[in-house]
Amino acid sequence: MKRLKASMEWSKFIVLLVGLIAFVFPFILLIVNSFKENKAITASPLSLPASFNLANYESAFTKMNYVSGFTNTVIITVLSVLLISVLAAMTAHFFVRNQSKFNQYTFFLMVAAMIIPFQAIMIPLVKVYGNLHLLDNKWSLIYMYLGFGSPLAVFIYHGFVKSIPAELEEAAMIDGCTRTQTFFRIVFPVLAPTSVTIAILNVLWIWNDFLLPSLVLTSSEQRTLPLSTFYFYGTYTVDYGPLMAGLLLTILPVLIVYLFAQKFIIQGVMQGSIK
Amino acid sequence: MISEKGLWSRLWLRLLFTGPTLFAFATVMIVPFLYGIYLTFTNWDGISTTSTMVGFENYAHVWKDAVFWKSFYLTLKYVVISVALVNVVAFLLAYFLSSGLRGQSFFRAGFFIPNLVGGIVLGFVWQFIFSNVLVSIGQKSGIALFGTSWLAEPDKAFFALIIVTVWQYAGYMMVIYVAGLMNVPKDIMEAASIDGATAFRKLRTMILPLMVPSFIVCVFLSLQRTFMVYDLNLTLTKGGPFKSTEMVSMHVYEKAFLSRDYGVGQAEALVLFLLVAGITLLQVYFSKKLEVEA
Repeated sequence: MKRLKASMEWSKFIVLLVGLIAFVFPFILLIVNSFKENKAITASPLSLPASFNLANYESAFTKMNYVSGFTNTVIITVLSVLLISVLAAMTAHFFVRNQSKFNQYTFFLMVAAMIIPFQAIMIPLVKVYGNLHLLDNKWSLIYMYLGFGSPLAVFIYHGFVKSIPAELEEAAMIDGCTRTQTFFRIVFPVLAPTSVTIAILNVLWIWNDFLLPSLVLTSSEQRTLPLSTFYFYGTYTVDYGPLMAGLLLTILPVLIVYLFAQKFIIQGVMQGSIK
Repeated sequence: MISEKGLWSRLWLRLLFTGPTLFAFATVMIVPFLYGIYLTFTNWDGISTTSTMVGFENYAHVWKDAVFWKSFYLTLKYVVISVALVNVVAFLLAYFLSSGLRGQSFFRAGFFIPNLVGGIVLGFVWQFIFSNVLVSIGQKSGIALFGTSWLAEPDKAFFALIIVTVWQYAGYMMVIYVAGLMNVPKDIMEAASIDGATAFRKLRTMILPLMVPSFIVCVFLSLQRTFMVYDLNLTLTKGGPFKSTEMVSMHVYEKAFLSRDYGVGQAEALVLFLLVAGITLLQVYFSKKLEVEA
């Protein structure tokens, strides 16, 4: 009986291992082919590279304008995520501690708006911000991410602020803290695990977002990594080698971060789903 | 005086704490949404500064736009098949990866990887696989199924899209199901084992009913994401061959920004919003009824 169980365990393990290999196989293909020449890629995409040739990377790196794309993406992602985390936490805190009718309705409106798909907003968004000459500008994009990201963040924070005892804040106020000081010294640090969750969910979304930046950022210096990948691919469709290298260069930063923060990222997604 | 000072400081606090998010939320989501409703009644072409009110003409166009309804029907088919497959695969993965298998956190981390990468890149990677790698395998081994590119034939291109979608989202939903499975009370499961319940019976009569909240979240999330699929559609098939895989989100984009039919495009976007909102609300309403207390 025990032996049967052990062999069941093993067969389960092997089935899952095969599944996992099939799952990551596209990435393996990408890595393998990024070192090969065009001819070798089209002739036998499965074979290993003949030599460790970095030429594809060099050409992708310059043609994609990788440095500029990477810098833009980092600036946009970091600032948007910081703004969303801090400002949404403040809003959620205010809503929980000041339970007026107005606040309740506003909170409800924010939650309800989460059901609006981006496609229902994009056309008027482009028109309004275009008329105000606010397009093609990363600061507008960051501001828009704050607008689109805050409903979910306020919603998640709202649930956790409720679990913080109000006495904790009252004690701080008696000791002479203002509301703002109380928030930043007591409440926000207590909310840190929730902030990590919110940051992870938003980084995954904003780093890889395509449609919104493609509508907002029109000039090539402003492009984010997904945008430069898209235009690079459109221009050099037959150059498979550099294309593979370019795709890998786009994925690489996220993979490196994931390697180190994998536990937090998976936990963050879990926490985000339970609310 | 004191009360006035109180009023001002209260107002200042409110502005400081809720001002930035509410202002951004209102100007980025609410104003464009309402303005979008107004736009559906005009014939704005995207360039001219004036536009005239045309009443319900745009909605009449939507009604008659056969391509829109074709892509809507196609999207529905895609959503139903992929939501079902994503959730079945994700649940099975989660079920096997929370049974105390060795290396299970390594496996979970591996299956999650596709979610780190955006739809644009995933689409390009799979385009290469479908039109080069599989074709090359097919020609060398003589397997007819892979002889020609899947992306060149409408039916196969559709299933290519589904395969990539399942591959992309199964890991994400798996993580949520794992969280749900960890919340199934251990003592109840032990009691069932002592009473001699088989693994299958435990799954059917205890785990599945207790997991309803996770199913609600996952189906809701996968519905939202698949309904709005754009990046993947754009880079994997470009809607082709011959618009046979053009999903509704891509259709709206083309209508507005490429055909410069903003009024009709926005009307289609609103029709889409109403249908999606209706479907997701119905889904949450009916699945809430299935929830049980542990």
